[in-house]
Amino acid sequence: MITRNVQRTRRTLQVAGAGVAALLALTACSSSDSDSSATSDSSSSASPKLSGTVTVFAAASLQESFTTLGKQFEKAHPGTKVTFNFGGSDTLAASITGGAPADVFAAASPKTMAIVTDKKDNATTPVTFVRNQLEIATLPGNPDKVSSLKDLTNKDLKVVLCDKTVPCGAAAQKALDASNLKLTPVSYEQDVKSALNKVELKEADAAVVYKTDVHAAGDKVEGVEFPESSEAINDYPIALLKDAPNAAAAKAFIALVQSAEGQKVLSDAGFLKP
Amino acid sequence: MTDIDKTAADTGSGDDPAREGLDARLLVERGSFRLDVALTAAPGDVVALLGPNGAGKTTALRALAGLTPLSGGRLRLDGAELDGTPPESRPVGVVFQDYLLFPHLSALDNVAFGPRCQGLGKAQARALAAEWLARMGLAEHAGAKPRRLSGGQAQRVALARALAIRPRLLLLDEPLAALDARTRLDIRSQLRRHLAEFEAVAVLVTHDPLDAMVLADRLVVIEGGRVVQEGSPTHIARHPRTDYIAQLVGLNLYRGRSDGHTVRLDAGPALTTTEPLTGEVFVAFPPSAVTLHRERPTGTSARNLWRCEVSGLETHGDQIRADLGGELALAADLTTVAAAELGLHPGAEVWATVKAAQTHAYPA
Amino acid sequence: MTSSYDTSGAAADTLKGGPRRRRVRTGVRGAPLPLLVPALAGLVFLLLPLVALLVRAPWSTMPEQLTSTEVWQALRLSLLCATAATAVSLVLGVPLAWLLARTDFPGRGLVRALVTLPLVLPPVVGGVALLMALGRNGVVGQWLDSWFGITLPFTTAGVVVAEAFVAMPFLVISVEGTLRAADPRYEEAATTLGASRFTAFRRVTLPLIAPGVAAGSVLAWARALGEFGATITFAGNFPGRTQTMPLAVYLALQNDPEAAIALSLVLLAVSIAVLAGLRDRWMTAAS
Repeated sequence: MITRNVQRTRRTLQVAGAGVAALLALTACSSSDSDSSATSDSSSSASPKLSGTVTVFAAASLQESFTTLGKQFEKAHPGTKVTFNFGGSDTLAASITGGAPADVFAAASPKTMAIVTDKKDNATTPVTFVRNQLEIATLPGNPDKVSSLKDLTNKDLKVVLCDKTVPCGAAAQKALDASNLKLTPVSYEQDVKSALNKVELKEADAAVVYKTDVHAAGDKVEGVEFPESSEAINDYPIALLKDAPNAAAAKAFIALVQSAEGQKVLSDAGFLKP
Repeated sequence: MTDIDKTAADTGSGDDPAREGLDARLLVERGSFRLDVALTAAPGDVVALLGPNGAGKTTALRALAGLTPLSGGRLRLDGAELDGTPPESRPVGVVFQDYLLFPHLSALDNVAFGPRCQGLGKAQARALAAEWLARMGLAEHAGAKPRRLSGGQAQRVALARALAIRPRLLLLDEPLAALDARTRLDIRSQLRRHLAEFEAVAVLVTHDPLDAMVLADRLVVIEGGRVVQEGSPTHIARHPRTDYIAQLVGLNLYRGRSDGHTVRLDAGPALTTTEPLTGEVFVAFPPSAVTLHRERPTGTSARNLWRCEVSGLETHGDQIRADLGGELALAADLTTVAAAELGLHPGAEVWATVKAAQTHAYPA
Repeated sequence: MTSSYDTSGAAADTLKGGPRRRRVRTGVRGAPLPLLVPALAGLVFLLLPLVALLVRAPWSTMPEQLTSTEVWQALRLSLLCATAATAVSLVLGVPLAWLLARTDFPGRGLVRALVTLPLVLPPVVGGVALLMALGRNGVVGQWLDSWFGITLPFTTAGVVVAEAFVAMPFLVISVEGTLRAADPRYEEAATTLGASRFTAFRRVTLPLIAPGVAAGSVLAWARALGEFGATITFAGNFPGRTQTMPLAVYLALQNDPEAAIALSLVLLAVSIAVLAGLRDRWMTAAS
């Protein structure tokens, strides 16, 4: 019950973060949720023809690219439907171990995937399908001339980081530690979208987020690559889940993600190849 | 104070602006209701606004206090125009119907509230309030919260609170209505004493004729937003001009055209009186002046004889009040014994007589 | 007069209870079944999650969980900010309630609906809206910044602003309900005694509606204490400055659910202690 609540809060947070467009996307998403009734029945899918609903729990940073992949999948396999639950990887992991009905879990860090594998809720061994690198998001035009992680320690800059409890925060901390920098942000945001959002709204001057998030934000922020980011590259593992209601279609979806076609969509979004 | 009846239209318009006392013509229009009441009173006068429910008495009072704005007319007190002055700046004290004592303040602080607002220090205001409470015989209740006070005590605290601001106009809204019958008697006489001592104008609103007659020097009867009669209590008690007043003072009242000693009533039959008058008149007689007979009386000197039918009976103290219909609608009082002997019951036929000497006719 | 509230004050009423009500109470046995069954079901529904928290609480590691300074820092900040937000709500909300209850102006119905907007607005959206209004680049915030050098986001003051924004409607609605139930003629009586409308409000109306104001304050305080979405969005999350208990709980939940439960229990225990303490105080004050 608690996890569910949290999950919902999470979603709402994202909505705020991504603005109206995301709100529309969420509406679409939740309406497709309600459509995904009991049509999926994995026992009948012995034939190669796929049908039914695939439920994918995926890290929030995958939202844009996975939504695209979902559409491609539905087009390639008429009669199927892909529904997503995007959120913080840890929250999603908690839902899965709590018994949420999902086919696929795509996490933003091996650590969060481990929550699921520790409980042996996975059916296949997790494989890394993309990697994500940190980037500094600055105001458009980079007015403060930020060019490195060290520049962010300037006291006049308002910098937001992700909280250490979420992957992007942990990664940022790793990069800071690796370069022996001490950075006091104005806020430790609860997820990467919130951190980015503070820069988009010009409340903060810079944020350390993922390359993919900078990419997704378009021209509302400007990305600055920094060398220290190589110290903290995040692997994204994906796995089929043990109690998957639609295992056949789920496998096909994982295959799509790993295919050249899938990798192109992901790298277009700023992800690195594994 | 004259005994001459006045109507709203021709009441003194107060040509002398410096005149002491109250000089008002209250015009208030609210939806379909229209109040148009002229009121004048000299310092020391106690005027009672008497009227049925919905007549506009309370509206008139609220207009005097500034709680309801005037739609027109004028309102002068001791020569100063009050219309447009907010209630807090008017030298007007109000005793509300249910007193509205502030429940969170002690009796003393309730009375001290006004003087405090007028700028007195806390200690001074309280000393003054204590004086007023003592004058009301409430010294030992000074510290009590209103809900610990009896109805009579609360009424006196409310009066003290209104008087403590030294008003030039004291308004009392049904001052005795919230009291039970026994307390009422007591408080009425006390209130009468305090009003007699009060040196400025007092206006009280009541629907109880007894309160009005005991407390006021002058009655202003309002019906439907208009003054229908005005005068001293005695005058009004003797010369009612509307059914409402006649009922209040307990008289049978008829209107008709007089020609010498005979009045042709608008209601039909003729009535013989002792006072020779010509033209439009009122004739009044008390229910006790009516005698009832089972058979048509023979050899009686009463020329006023009507065949009637009992339409209702009710006990009225130790008397029976019979409401009669038929040739003439009237009320008759008779003893319980007499009622039994006559075998009165609703629907019974009786003959009613009234001696001419007991009727009273006056020009309409 | 303090015994009757309109529907908007009903919640406050429940909180308040009061000695007058107690007199008409009967034993539970006298309660009709159609009322008793849903009532008990409702109670269970409300309490079950709390019981679950207690059952799953990591009692053995609890002492270690609660000795970290971050916990007490967050708790102190929570209490401080919730109290400050309640104070802000009182100063602005009571006059607003008076305006809604006692005056008539065109569009009053609309204004009342707008006042309750923060109740239906998802708090995170509220936070975003506050950023757009009072943020460094906000509609008003940019002037605050350039004229007075005041920036609210990422500050403790920002937490108070976010909490007050979400909590004030509770106070306004509660106080307005009490005001509507209160007899306006007391104010009239005060004006006939020479009191200006403000004096009448201060010396007569305010004491009369005190129980409603108190109930509204407690509702607002409780709401502010639990406030999460608007706070984290508007004020961010920095330990000791803007990280209140709900934020600490949420972030702890990310990787240490046991710690989150421990923190939640602390927050619960403190709020129950405060609410119960206040309730007793009113009841003694009322009798």
